[in-house]
Amino acid sequence: MDNKKLLEIKDLKVTFFTHAGEVKAVGGISYDLDYGEVMGIVGESGSGKSVEAYSIIGLLQSPGKIVGGEILFENKNILEFDKKQMQDFRGNEIAMIFQNPMTCMNPVYTVGNQLIEAVLCHHKIPKKEAQKRAIDMLNLVGINNPENRMKQYPHELSGGMRQRVMIAMGLICDPKLLIADEPTTALDVTIQAQILELMKEIQKNTQMSIIFITHNLGVVADICHRVSVMYAGKIVEQGNVDDIFYNTSHPYTKGLLKSMPRVDAEGYERLIPIEGTPVDMLNPPEGCGFATRCQSCMKICLKEAPPTIEVGERHTSSCWLLAMPGEGEVN
Amino acid sequence: MDNKDILLKVENLRKYFPIKDGFGKMKNVQAVENVSFYINKGETFGLVGESGCGKTTLGRSILRLLEPTAGKITYDGDVIFDGKLKKQSKMLPFRRKMQIIFQDPSASLDPRMTVGEIIGEALDIHKLYENKKQRTERINKLLDMVGLNSEHSNRYPHEFSGGQQQRIGIARALAVEPEFIVCDEPISALDVSIQSQIVNMLEDMQNELGLTYLFIAHDLSVVRHISDRIGVMYLGNMVELGASHELYKNPLHPYTKTLLSAVPVPDPKVSKSRKRIILDGEIPSPMNPPSGCRFHTRCPYAVEICSRELPEWREIDKEHFVACHIV
Amino acid sequence: MIMRDSFEPASREEKESHFELVKGVSYWQDAWRRLKRNKVAMISIYIIAFIFVFAFIGPMFSDYDYTTQLRGQENIAPSWGFPFGTDNLGRDLLVRTMYGARVSLIVGVCASLIVLVIGTVYGSVSGYFGGRVDDVMMRVVELIYSLPDILVVLLLSAVLRTPLQIWFNSSGGFIAGKLSVVGPGLISIFIAFGLLYWVGMARIIRGQVLMLKEQEYVVAAKALGAGSKRIIVKHLWPNCIGQIIVTTCMQIPSAIFLESFLSFLGVGVSAPLTSLGSMSADALGGMYTYSYRLIIPAIILSLMILSLNLFGDGLRDALDPRLKK
Repeated sequence: MDNKKLLEIKDLKVTFFTHAGEVKAVGGISYDLDYGEVMGIVGESGSGKSVEAYSIIGLLQSPGKIVGGEILFENKNILEFDKKQMQDFRGNEIAMIFQNPMTCMNPVYTVGNQLIEAVLCHHKIPKKEAQKRAIDMLNLVGINNPENRMKQYPHELSGGMRQRVMIAMGLICDPKLLIADEPTTALDVTIQAQILELMKEIQKNTQMSIIFITHNLGVVADICHRVSVMYAGKIVEQGNVDDIFYNTSHPYTKGLLKSMPRVDAEGYERLIPIEGTPVDMLNPPEGCGFATRCQSCMKICLKEAPPTIEVGERHTSSCWLLAMPGEGEVN
Repeated sequence: MDNKDILLKVENLRKYFPIKDGFGKMKNVQAVENVSFYINKGETFGLVGESGCGKTTLGRSILRLLEPTAGKITYDGDVIFDGKLKKQSKMLPFRRKMQIIFQDPSASLDPRMTVGEIIGEALDIHKLYENKKQRTERINKLLDMVGLNSEHSNRYPHEFSGGQQQRIGIARALAVEPEFIVCDEPISALDVSIQSQIVNMLEDMQNELGLTYLFIAHDLSVVRHISDRIGVMYLGNMVELGASHELYKNPLHPYTKTLLSAVPVPDPKVSKSRKRIILDGEIPSPMNPPSGCRFHTRCPYAVEICSRELPEWREIDKEHFVACHIV
Repeated sequence: MIMRDSFEPASREEKESHFELVKGVSYWQDAWRRLKRNKVAMISIYIIAFIFVFAFIGPMFSDYDYTTQLRGQENIAPSWGFPFGTDNLGRDLLVRTMYGARVSLIVGVCASLIVLVIGTVYGSVSGYFGGRVDDVMMRVVELIYSLPDILVVLLLSAVLRTPLQIWFNSSGGFIAGKLSVVGPGLISIFIAFGLLYWVGMARIIRGQVLMLKEQEYVVAAKALGAGSKRIIVKHLWPNCIGQIIVTTCMQIPSAIFLESFLSFLGVGVSAPLTSLGSMSADALGGMYTYSYRLIIPAIILSLMILSLNLFGDGLRDALDPRLKK
């Protein structure tokens, strides 16, 4: 396959330099994203999933700093962009939508105003044309009566509507990559279903790539092609969505799947939880971040970070169980 | 159904919140409208619905943490609220039997009190011990029951993780030796890997102590797992009620069908092969509920009568109730 | 070099000892840390401490009492024997200044305590119960706000002077004896504080209570069966203790100022008891000849009030939970 990759993240490291100490929020992650691919980043609080997304789009706030690695977008290293290049790039080639649209839209400007601003930032076109684009966009995201909606303020819209407007704002410049940071977490289940259908449709039509950050494995199964599972700032398992769910390799991923109740369960089956509590990123222990909660924890897991081992085609897992002597290779 | 087994009976409960609309007129937010159901001893009754459905309001009204507007609530044969009476019964004796676990553990624990004081308060109010030694022993026993230990009783809530804080909240509820607990979205604010710990703990407590739960949540997967019977709410009305597995296999109300089809399932093959019912439009505001059946504005099967008349709450199958004109 | 036995399963103890629960920082520790960083507030604390020592412990080192009149030692300028000099009755001004500072401080603290108790209880009840109760109680507050406070104090003092004097003279009781030392002027000031000055505190506490009573832990307490008194005392007050402390602390300098002002006018302390204000008044006559008699109490008074205010400011910043980092 000779495809040029849209996005390549190589060994990205992000640290927050806080009063209380250094928090290694992202401890060296790598993944690739193809054109037209939807990559799900799954993790809980403290896993670093949002932090790495903010790093890609250059919105990392102090005291966070990217301390290592490369982010290559169409073979250009984003981390070397100067301010102007970043501004041209952001919103135009990469867009981001957030979890809580209410806090991400300016309450004193109308919806139309904000959409038009998003266009005019990157394209020098007459205002009338920008307005038409905005209305087209609102239609695309399924908002009826777009001309009237343009004149409304964010607080006048419902949660689902606001999220659609946010998607419209993100897509209005035809970005190649959309980063969606928990876009449906704050929405009701039926609205979430609407938004996911919308995103799937738009993605199919525009062949846009999406990085979809969530903690909900059900949503991942619905919309994603590939999945990276993060825990304590590292990617513990990565692969196609089928491999992740049906050939699960890492104990954390397995634990998550076993501990989730399913609405289509046949009878009652007791959940098997993952014991322990999420790791404290201020004082992360040595070795594998998941060690203390892992049923199969071995002595080495407490001492050294596990290697990343290929367990299938484009399917990797970072676990010492796969590197046991006499079994598989150690990288 | 043998009446002796019913622990909680709710009849025609209404809860309205008076507010001023944009023009200064007094309007009522009809948060809970004419809800009737009962809960049996020892069972887990699940209550699901989306924003504005009134499930949290219903849960709190049952405990009279919010004073209901009308209707009747009977607990174990005693009337604890009757809208027709001018003066209501005192709740203090019932506070021992009926307890609540909150959604946000960090908000429901007083940040200025130690864990021991928080749990001890329950014992103090109802004078459940004879001397200081007994009190400490009881607190330690409760901490042990929820998987913490006695060292933790001198610490403050903010020193604990979300899951541990929720355990403290559960210990507090258990301190008064209740029979009935309203679980108001007890796991929604917790990390996914912790949620199942708490679910299992609640189930274990129920088996050990013979508790009855009203389990309120928006996550249908969890509710399906833990509940014996489930009530589905939409915009203040209860639209369907039935046994947990029955509701999934044979949902009658269009809203229930939509809800079930919208729940994400962590299984790519199932996800792709499922037929999704996608509704149009948004959930209406509880300030301006639609006329007739409140779901008719989004219902794919709505007919003319749905916009005129409120459907009747009928028992279709054994113990399977629904409020819909076309069923 | 990876040892073979590294792949043995780890025991439960090994896993548990691998990390420790991070010890959190308590509210007070956090506040103290912030306060320490505030240079101005720290200097103020030292000054206040010094003045306290000066006022309460100082007189123990002196041979004289504030009433002792030394014949033949009148009107001496500051010197080795009398660091602040003596007044026209031969009283050592150093000791009198110490006592004066003591009176000012005591009045300040007692008045603030009166404000604290009345204001906190009133504001809590009004805020917690809301509705009609709140409406009525707040109307009373607004009424009191509209009264001219100095006028009330002066009137009270004038009205109470004679009856109190009669009572002091006739009664031989312990209380009457102590109160007669305090004097009708000061008594009127305390009564005025009890009647008028608590309203500011009441409003502030009411605001805090209105906000706090919606917190979920209050609902939780109600669900346990807690009554209003328990909720107010055990849940609401501890959670606005920062605001309570700061407001009380800021009340002290304004009480001291009021007392000094009234004593300066002659309506405050009664002789021979002295305060910094009355000492300033006494010094007015010989302002040009014995200017030190005015300057010294004035400086100490200003320092007292300034440092208390600055400390209160610093305390407010330190205890503000929103600044929690």
